[in-house]
Amino acid sequence: MYPDVVVVGAGVIGAACAHALTAAGCAVTVVDRGAPASGTTAAGEGNVLVSDKAPGPELDLAMLSRRLWPALADELGDIEWEAKGGLVVATTEAAAQPLLDFMRDQRAVGVDAREVPAGLVHELEPHLTRAVTAAVHYPQDAQLQPVLAATALLAEVTRRGGVIRPHTPVSTVDTGRDGRVRGVRVADGVIPCGAVINACGPWAGDFARAAGVPIAILPRRGIVLVTAALPLVVRHKVYDADYVGAVVSDDAALQTSSVVESTAAGPVLIGSSRQRVGFAERVDAHVLRALARKAVGLFPVLATVPVMRAYGGFRPYAPDHVPVIGPDPRLPGMWHATGHEGAGIGLAAATGRLIADLVTGAAPVIDLAPFRVDRPAVLEAA
Amino acid sequence: MKVTVDGVPTVARPGQTVAAALIERGQTSWRDTRIGGRPRGLFCGIGVCFDCLVVVNGVPDVRACQRVLADGDEIRTQRGAEL
Amino acid sequence: MVVGAGPAGLAAARAAAEAGARVRLIDSAPSAGGQFFRGRPDVPPVHPKVEHLADSAVWHLESVHNGHTVRVRTGPADAPVRRGVTLHADALILATGAYDRALPFPGWDLPGVVTAGGAQAMAKGHGVAVGRRVIIAGTGPFLLPVATSLAGTGATVVEVLEANGPAGWLRAPRALLAGAGRLGELAGYAKALAAQRIPYRTRRTVIAAHGTGRVEAVTTAALDNGWRIRPGTERRIAVDAVCVGYGFTPQLELAVAAGCRLRDGFVEVDAAQATSTPGVFAAGELTGIGGAKLAAAEGTVAGTAAAASVEVPRAALRAVRQGRIFADGLAAAHPIQDGWRTWLTDDTLVCRCEEVTLAGLCDALDRHRALGVRTLKLTSRVGLGPCQGRVCGRNAAELAAGHTGGHYDPADTARRPIAAPVRLGELAEEETVEEMNGQA
Repeated sequence: MYPDVVVVGAGVIGAACAHALTAAGCAVTVVDRGAPASGTTAAGEGNVLVSDKAPGPELDLAMLSRRLWPALADELGDIEWEAKGGLVVATTEAAAQPLLDFMRDQRAVGVDAREVPAGLVHELEPHLTRAVTAAVHYPQDAQLQPVLAATALLAEVTRRGGVIRPHTPVSTVDTGRDGRVRGVRVADGVIPCGAVINACGPWAGDFARAAGVPIAILPRRGIVLVTAALPLVVRHKVYDADYVGAVVSDDAALQTSSVVESTAAGPVLIGSSRQRVGFAERVDAHVLRALARKAVGLFPVLATVPVMRAYGGFRPYAPDHVPVIGPDPRLPGMWHATGHEGAGIGLAAATGRLIADLVTGAAPVIDLAPFRVDRPAVLEAA
Repeated sequence: MKVTVDGVPTVARPGQTVAAALIERGQTSWRDTRIGGRPRGLFCGIGVCFDCLVVVNGVPDVRACQRVLADGDEIRTQRGAEL
Repeated sequence: MVVGAGPAGLAAARAAAEAGARVRLIDSAPSAGGQFFRGRPDVPPVHPKVEHLADSAVWHLESVHNGHTVRVRTGPADAPVRRGVTLHADALILATGAYDRALPFPGWDLPGVVTAGGAQAMAKGHGVAVGRRVIIAGTGPFLLPVATSLAGTGATVVEVLEANGPAGWLRAPRALLAGAGRLGELAGYAKALAAQRIPYRTRRTVIAAHGTGRVEAVTTAALDNGWRIRPGTERRIAVDAVCVGYGFTPQLELAVAAGCRLRDGFVEVDAAQATSTPGVFAAGELTGIGGAKLAAAEGTVAGTAAAASVEVPRAALRAVRQGRIFADGLAAAHPIQDGWRTWLTDDTLVCRCEEVTLAGLCDALDRHRALGVRTLKLTSRVGLGPCQGRVCGRNAAELAAGHTGGHYDPADTARRPIAAPVRLGELAEEETVEEMNGQA
């Protein structure tokens, strides 16, 4: 049990960790070099998905998160939680069978996935292209507004006596003679603590290096297009089937697949691209074109809709595309919670819970071995 | 040059913007907002504020202060968010 | 490549063409001249060697290793059928200008309340008055020509209200000397006002607009030095239009996309009008508010420097220096004072697009501890509508800073990678790329 915990990073992952830790009775300070929820979280779409994950550790994490989010949403108030369900569609003959195979594997591990007969798909999505070759409905897929969620989690942390310190960069971690964490160093001194949670998202590798325990976390650029506000056009989170391929791919080149959905506020979001360009802040026109093309392909009616803006962010990933959640064996008291790539919003609830379990010594509800820090992909590549 | 405004035939001058023609015929608003249903018309007049949105030939979200009228254009009030 | 065909862009295109460069001038309006020369007979012609792309909106700008890639849609404004083209330029001159700043007050979103620039565009461009009984309020010398234009279209200008005091100029005697010519121009407007018996009052402004479905009356009030309302000085006046203008906001998105460094909200340039981004120049109101003459002088400098083949004419450099001194004096005489924040009531809209009230903004600040611009936008929805914060960005940032004591950089609201609206189908199109054969 570590009575005083410093969470570094006030994005949705750090906020969820702080929220779960304060619920477990820890005294928590959250520090961020900028404003809370202004980095990767502010550039997220708010996906809480099970549909895009193949059976394996990440799907286990997603299923746990999906069980936890509704209660959190109740507790937190308006975070635009919508259990609207996902609809994954194949639009070519070649993509149809792999989608159905993928669905069968997911069903075997308990995902609610239902093949939608050709005649019924337009009852679910009236404006969807007629060129659908297969469709699967995932009622568990949901959506929330990431910045509302993260800031509401942090507000609850404050209410419980936790401290949020924005605009407070951490330079390094202080250790005692016993080699354990005893504080984090900030501009005006040291914040003493027994445990540090590295929730720096794509910058988690930088912070780990500064703390003397490097881990391999890389940024991947993601761009989302936002249309003008519309009446309800898209009822579910609608994806084309090649999304599934893009998530697990290691290809440096640009990948896009349409994820199209209406938001509670009115605009339709079109995401998301995945591009490895380091921390370059650009919004490339060819990325925008690829996103637009796929969205118009899925929903031809969107062709005349104005695009208001595009926003980009950096998503953190480990070389093996599995999140990193657990203690750092090289530095007692140091914990990492990062590497969620484009799924961090959805996976935040489970990540917070698991970190709290680990820090307080409770038995985690799922097997955390696949997420451990001392795996070759995370340590050797760093 | 002949155009229609909410179905009513109206005469416009070549080179006139939609907003100029509407104001000239005494109209101050041609849109209502999607949340509060508030009436809106010209505000910045130079294409920046997007308050003067109107439906032109069936396409919503056209800035009335920027769009130059063409003969036969059908102008229609925009009701909140339209597809 | 020159973006914007106002006084600065026209002069830049001309200077670059005369220096031997191949020049394209891109502008969203059907004809050149910008806001200043709209409807005026003295608009300088586009230099015959300049290729003028009218009705053309630049929606995306990308810096590439050997220059700049500009994506343009040409055709009727906001139509889904515009022609798209991707152009390359070795050097880029941004002359995108500025637009009126409007400060929020109760009723400012009623139809009939317009910006001074909007009223001017209607009057000069179309001979149309925005109302029959009009009141003009704000700060700065631009209010005067708007009043004379409106009077010229047959409207009754009830009064012109200047929120600052009359003595502002005494603080900047150097500026008075530097801008002798401009002052004469302003004195001319003042004379015209007097001749038409239009009252001009200082330290007073419009603090509320009233009406059902449109503006029918306003409340004006006297202001103290900090622009707080002097209690008991309120007066209700019947009008059918209100024009407001509190200085100008530069049209920054392309400069931000190009990575140009900003200073005090404007693009930072050196003596050759070069920005911090190699190959990108800026001229006109983008670099500071100084009027058409200064803009044209800056354009001449920028155009010559961008063409990089001849020396920048000394007369133009001198005109820029003099103009800047005058512009600084102008800015010093017409500051925006924080007291405007007290004009709002809880239900006054801060963001007109997303209909975010002052109470909604404060709620996001308090409940969600929105400590940065991005967080503030995403928790309150301020600035997320079609105008993308162009109207409300600065106001919201200043209100937020006043409410929390934190720092909200208004420039953060100018990050708009899609610089002008495009339809999704336009974005999806295969692009047509045109090279410029290695010339500016």
